[in-house]
Amino acid sequence: MTSIILLSVFGIINLFVGFMKSKKILLPLALLFLVVVFGTNLLSWNNGQTYFNNMLTIDNYAVAFTGIMVLTTLFILPFSQRYIDAEDENLAEYYSILLFSLVGAIMMVAFENMIMLFVGVEILSIAMYVLAGSNKRSLRSNEAALKYFLMGSFFTGVLLFGIVLIYGATGSFNITEISAANVMADGTTNTMFILGLLILIIGISFKISAAPFHFWAPDVYEGTPTLFTTFMATVVKTAGVAAFYKLMHSAFGDSITAWYPTMIAITVLTLVVGNIGAVIQPSVKRMLAYSSISHAGYLLMTIVAFNDLSDNAIFFYSLSYAVASVMSFGVLKLVSDERRDESFAAFNGLGKTNPLLAFVMTVSMFSLAGIPLTAGFFGKLFVFSAVVATGNLMWLVVLAVILAAIGIYYYIKVVIAMYMQPAGENTKVPVSSFATLVLIICTVLTILLGIVPGLVSDIL
Amino acid sequence: MITALLLFWPALAALLVLLIKGQGAKKVAFVAALVEFALAIVATTGFNAADGSMQYELNLPWVESAGIGFHIGMDGISLLMVLLTTFLVPLIILSAFKHDYKDPNIFYALILFMQTGLIGVFVALDAFVFYFFWEVALIPIYFVAAIWGGVNRIKVTFKFFVYTIFGSLFMLAAFVYLYFQTTGTGIANHSSDVQAFYQLALSAESQSWIFWFLFIAFAIKMPVFPFHTWQPDTYTESPTQATMLLSGIMLKMGIYGVLRWLLPVVPMGVSQWDELVLILSIIGIIYASVIAIRQHDLKRLIAYSSIAHVGLIAAGIFTLNEQGLQGGVIQMLSHGINVTGLFFIIDIIYRRTNTREITSLGGITQNAKTLSIFFMILLLGSVALPLTNGFVGEFLLLMGVYQYNAWFGAVAGLTIILGAVYMLRMFQGVMFGTKSEVTEGFTDLTMNEKAVLIPLVIMVFWIGLFPNTFLSISEPAVMNLMTIINR
Repeated sequence: MTSIILLSVFGIINLFVGFMKSKKILLPLALLFLVVVFGTNLLSWNNGQTYFNNMLTIDNYAVAFTGIMVLTTLFILPFSQRYIDAEDENLAEYYSILLFSLVGAIMMVAFENMIMLFVGVEILSIAMYVLAGSNKRSLRSNEAALKYFLMGSFFTGVLLFGIVLIYGATGSFNITEISAANVMADGTTNTMFILGLLILIIGISFKISAAPFHFWAPDVYEGTPTLFTTFMATVVKTAGVAAFYKLMHSAFGDSITAWYPTMIAITVLTLVVGNIGAVIQPSVKRMLAYSSISHAGYLLMTIVAFNDLSDNAIFFYSLSYAVASVMSFGVLKLVSDERRDESFAAFNGLGKTNPLLAFVMTVSMFSLAGIPLTAGFFGKLFVFSAVVATGNLMWLVVLAVILAAIGIYYYIKVVIAMYMQPAGENTKVPVSSFATLVLIICTVLTILLGIVPGLVSDIL
Repeated sequence: MITALLLFWPALAALLVLLIKGQGAKKVAFVAALVEFALAIVATTGFNAADGSMQYELNLPWVESAGIGFHIGMDGISLLMVLLTTFLVPLIILSAFKHDYKDPNIFYALILFMQTGLIGVFVALDAFVFYFFWEVALIPIYFVAAIWGGVNRIKVTFKFFVYTIFGSLFMLAAFVYLYFQTTGTGIANHSSDVQAFYQLALSAESQSWIFWFLFIAFAIKMPVFPFHTWQPDTYTESPTQATMLLSGIMLKMGIYGVLRWLLPVVPMGVSQWDELVLILSIIGIIYASVIAIRQHDLKRLIAYSSIAHVGLIAAGIFTLNEQGLQGGVIQMLSHGINVTGLFFIIDIIYRRTNTREITSLGGITQNAKTLSIFFMILLLGSVALPLTNGFVGEFLLLMGVYQYNAWFGAVAGLTIILGAVYMLRMFQGVMFGTKSEVTEGFTDLTMNEKAVLIPLVIMVFWIGLFPNTFLSISEPAVMNLMTIINR
């Protein structure tokens, strides 16, 4: 709760500081704010409370995911150095919008009432529509913003429609009460309830770019300035998946028969579309967009696993994925800013020109691919374990394993470009010291969690 | 404790080597590898060879809540594999002294780092520890092969990497499944410890498919026909040191995996499919031998001969009798030594003549007497002449296969004849005959090259004349293994 208030206040302070002549203070200030929020957020650990007449519950689950999201934002901001250097006039607004959008993200992982879920989704989405189009003179950025906005508004409507139908069937927006109403208990089929549930699933699936509602993601990811794509791929996705997981488990745990086949279908489709789609992408950014779809698929596997292992599995996977994504998108941003190219060829010879960046990118690719020594391996291991523990979904794990092998194919392409292709005309990419620090922290974190996953693997 | 030291010393040394600029890196790497070998010798002297159970065990919590322990230790089979690894790595590093690879610090650090992965595979007593090191061994060798390799290296190593990971992911899925079938101790409901896996009583049906999940991973690594397609290209395109590591040690990971994680874990699955595996292995022997006869490139020829030899090892261990298993273990050592030596000799020839084509070579014996002798000894070891190391292994293996099925034994026995054909044909083409343009000024071995070959040749005779030194180390462990398989 303190996090929400603090972030809102800090966002406003940031806006006002933006009136000052020098923009240099903005980044350290925003980082300081985030560190404060990260700290106060941890104070709520094992100290769960509900707020606003049961609208929000800050439990350990919410604290853990808020932690991931705040930390990720903290890691993303230093990559905005170029905006500072270019003295972008809207810098303060960007930072404030990011802080505000975090408020929405926190609401999404802490909601107790579906109204709060909706408000959270809206706060986050509207911020993202703006940021997608923040590169005002770029046609692609404008296209991304318009596409995202039109699609997003439509699916927000769908989401609301679902919430309303559920309300009609159960008489409540509160997830505990919805669960208690248990309209499916005596084996009756409540059409309004099932319809509402399916529509709700569709609405959230869109937000986390799960197939078949993923079609917007590659275009939007590609058109959006890379800084904000990183935010979309990490914070927005984490918030969406965490909200989805919480919703399905807390509100609809008893009506599992109604959504289980749909959920499995969405999971399988997302895994297949993400992994197969990524193979044929000519640009690294689009490849990462598809890869983020595929990771949504692995995260959805925890929802279908639905047991006492899945809580920790989704947390660990989200953390490892978010950190690895910051690394990959971060390096992509640095490289593409310098070389004006987002294709695989832009990475040619990076191992020679920037050994550190190449190493960071390699670790991140291996983590996303789930190869040992990185956090991503244990992420996949825990997710697969949770699914195997259900007993009857071995086939899903086998499918995921095959698709993970395909995933290695496109991740390793980047590594090949960096180490085995000659640099040609590619020159050294300049990296600010802030960004270097963040990349090193992320790399150490990824390898650390890849060697001693026990640090955070059973905190929930 | 010494197991942990053996495991982590190369990784630490790799970090040290990474910091050294210039060609001094190779010297430090060589010394580090020698220290590692000394550690292995210390472990051997303190090893109780009469005991078939695990020794030097270390069991630390890793992911405690999940029952995953960092459990390592050695029995006789592990110890022999560790000895092989620690014996070969210094020689492999020494063999590179004449090369001036670019970025030497990274090159040698990767080799040492790979050694940690290899040792880890051989000492792991927890399924996830095993899988962890299984992949850790792959990453450095991929980079070594793909960065310092030949013209087609990128495409070839790409196939190698994706192919082997594809297989290992199935192994991971199988391990996760097995893990959930176990009952653990303490706070965890399940355990991934090897002993817990051995105590599983799974239905024949699930053993059947788990067998394939595990077997694919190991078969790709070995490689067993028809999973071998990545191998000849990768061996040919990799720099010699990587080829030595791949053929000398890494393929033993696959065989070792079968011994430790396949046969005892799913014995019923094995009894359902062992005949098919034997047939595949024997097809592999004949197929690879016939192709080897037709090869003109020396490296490719040895690569195919390696498939044939591994095919026989695979056939032997799947017979599940003592001769087959013991033969497999001793042949792993012999093959590692012979193939490393042969690849090194090819490298010597290539560096002097710039060609690996048999047809453009010839008459080397006239200039290089010592090389010819060493070459001949290693070659005879490889074709299993009595008194050499290859004989012991192949004899036991063929005996094992013969006991399983006389017809299989007869067909597999062709390997001796075919092996002699392609090896002697190669020797004839390369070493005898008239000198060609490129072998005109061929010089004999240097001190450095002798330093690599002499230990290898000593081992050829040691194993050939006194195989009991090694067989006695592995025997209790093999008997123990057979008890678990026949439980």
